[in-house]
Amino acid sequence: MDTRDLYRDVILDHNRSPRNFGRLEPADGSALGHNPLCGDSLSITLRVQGERLSELRFNGQGCAISVASASLMSEAVTGKPLDEIAALYHDVHELLTVDKYTPQRPLGKLLALSGVREFPARVKCASLCWHTLNAALEQRKVAASATPPATVSTE
Amino acid sequence: MNAPRAQVSPPHIAVPGEFDAEQVRADFPIMAREINGRPLVYLDSAASAQQPRAVLDAIEHYATTTHANVHRGVHTLSQEATAAFEGARERVRAFINARSTREIIFTRGTTEAINLVAQSWGGMRLKPGDEVLITHLEHHANIVPWQMACAAHGARLVAAPLTADGALDLPAFVALLNDRTRLVAVAHVSNALGTVLPLRELVAAAHRHGVPVLVDGAQAIAHQRVDVRALDCDFYAFSGHKVYGPTGIGALYAREALLAQMPPWQGGGDMILSVAIESSTYNDLPWRFEAGTPNISGAVGLGAALEYLEGLGLEAVHQHERRLLAQATAALQELPGLHLVGTAPEKAGVVSFTLDGVHPHDIGTLLDAEGVAIRTGHHCAMPAMSFFGLTATARASFGCYNTSADIERLVTALIKVREVFG
Repeated sequence: MDTRDLYRDVILDHNRSPRNFGRLEPADGSALGHNPLCGDSLSITLRVQGERLSELRFNGQGCAISVASASLMSEAVTGKPLDEIAALYHDVHELLTVDKYTPQRPLGKLLALSGVREFPARVKCASLCWHTLNAALEQRKVAASATPPATVSTE
Repeated sequence: MNAPRAQVSPPHIAVPGEFDAEQVRADFPIMAREINGRPLVYLDSAASAQQPRAVLDAIEHYATTTHANVHRGVHTLSQEATAAFEGARERVRAFINARSTREIIFTRGTTEAINLVAQSWGGMRLKPGDEVLITHLEHHANIVPWQMACAAHGARLVAAPLTADGALDLPAFVALLNDRTRLVAVAHVSNALGTVLPLRELVAAAHRHGVPVLVDGAQAIAHQRVDVRALDCDFYAFSGHKVYGPTGIGALYAREALLAQMPPWQGGGDMILSVAIESSTYNDLPWRFEAGTPNISGAVGLGAALEYLEGLGLEAVHQHERRLLAQATAALQELPGLHLVGTAPEKAGVVSFTLDGVHPHDIGTLLDAEGVAIRTGHHCAMPAMSFFGLTATARASFGCYNTSADIERLVTALIKVREVFG
């Protein structure tokens, strides 16, 4: 177990200067994620144009792994079609939990999170933002279905 | 101490002021472990303390020579098991200087002991408009059972504030006592901050209002002499695994006069004298509050743990841990960007802290890589954390087996954390 594999430079950098930190008002979708183990929380607000995630902001308190993971995720998903984000979510989840996983698509900087796999106690820190993103996208669907059908997303 | 004490056979000769922590460490088999290639430095005794060989041997001896169900059989093993179980009860009584073994109820731990009082005593006494007074530094186990009892009976839970250093604001506490207060429930020592509460003043103030006091002793029992008669408290709860015994066993001390009025809590075997389909006759104290086959081997292990600690000498252990606390406090304050959380004048061997720019979880992972085990998070005391505007701290806590070298390893590891995070 080598902590340098966990705390890579990319992780430390994104922890120190998180990208897309803040809050969108108004937002098309939002959710609050909790890690009950540590009391950390993470909020995500996002906007969708067409079937693409156009903007995302996150804020909250968390460890370096959870902050860096959210920051890296925000860069990876911004501008992406929603179905591609769902596939990316799957890939990242496997990357965090399955030994020697070969991702289905290029993950870019998200690969920096592969060291988390060796630290089972920290997997939840890295995956919290992805679960929260999912919840925010679900919340958007519910919110959208309450308005005229023109904006309803059907997947 | 007026009460007769059970015979103990000390594994070491305890000389006040001369405490050989290295030798004590050798009594604990787990201390031989290496974590990530380094000798274990265990600084998480406040979460769960390790068990000495004497406890492990006692449990094995019981299981291999004595086990049977208690209070039931006429056969030899059942009688011996009963003697071992009731012997452990006497050991607990003597350890905390209770008047009688009728006042000692075995439970699964502190949490179950508090739930027992909240449900049995609370069900009997709490009425709409009544108040239960706790403090802002309580463990969730001394908050949630009272929230539940208050909700069930229309009562209100009130929490006394802390001072900036994490001590109890005693004048504010006293001012919150009133004619609606039915019970005071407080920690002896805060698990998150290390604060030792001024129990004598607190109990005296509560009793002036005719209010009984429950003490959550989980963090005190292994670290200082606890004398329930001197404290004059009405309930005292503690866990075996915080006092170098096994998990799943603990005890509730309750003043006999209170227990005699309280309705049984759980129903089943052992807590009855006779059962008909229409109704039952309940057993005498303390068994009335112990439904079902108890954790016999756990009680035997707890008894052995208390005997072990008596052998070391509570006062010697207390002084040793005070020295460790002073050493750790001084050394940690030297580290740039480190902030101690909880600096009350009266503290037990617990040091809670934050490090600028580094989340406690990251501290915990990096220390673990160096073989140093600490607790990180909210320590099941979220109101105490939020009182300081925090969601989490890193916490090092000390036990009888910790050495001065352990503190040095902690400090060295924290310097490495600083290096990683810049």
